[in-house]
Amino acid sequence: MIIRMEYQLYDDIVEYAAKHLPEEACGLIAGEENEEGREIKKVYFLENKDHSSEHFTLDPADQMAAIKDARALGYKVFGNWHSHPESPSRPSEEDIKLAYDSKSSYLILSLMAKYPVLNSFHIEGKEVTKEDLRIYSEEYYY
Amino acid sequence: MTITVAGEKKEYIEGITLAELIVEEDVENPEYVTVSINDEFVASDAKDSTVIKDGDTIEFLYFMGGGR
Repeated sequence: MIIRMEYQLYDDIVEYAAKHLPEEACGLIAGEENEEGREIKKVYFLENKDHSSEHFTLDPADQMAAIKDARALGYKVFGNWHSHPESPSRPSEEDIKLAYDSKSSYLILSLMAKYPVLNSFHIEGKEVTKEDLRIYSEEYYY
Repeated sequence: MTITVAGEKKEYIEGITLAELIVEEDVENPEYVTVSINDEFVASDAKDSTVIKDGDTIEFLYFMGGGR
């Protein structure tokens, strides 16, 4: 699946996650989807209820508020994102175990190295597939 | 009766329970889903006893969490 997002949204995620170090940061992604893929139009920055550098949990009430907001904008919430302050941009064993919605895209931002790395994954059962995440600006495609 | 499930209006028979709706909607891993009806969260042990009413708005919210 192709997941597209404008560079500014990526930049916003990185900035927010960096501000919340050493905790993991998290949220939801919403936008438009069709047979070809998904276009992220809005990123929700939600509280990590665990306030931990090793775990994150979203509050269902926050999720609901985001879903309502997205729907009002004509968007669909189709995944979540979280940061890994000190580990790579790939689902951990816990991420895989707790990925209960196979229709979701799971974005993971790693801040462990000099430059941030963001990847998107499809997780179904214990099977992880990297999605085709394309971050673009008006002038450039990455 | 007409209810709204995850933002979509749908027709269901009167008297359907939340537990039955979860099956009908093919909700994945329902034990890890929080359900709200008209913005009120439903206790996980009340799915069998909760009867859906005409006009209800239902949302299924997956547990979302993870670790390093």
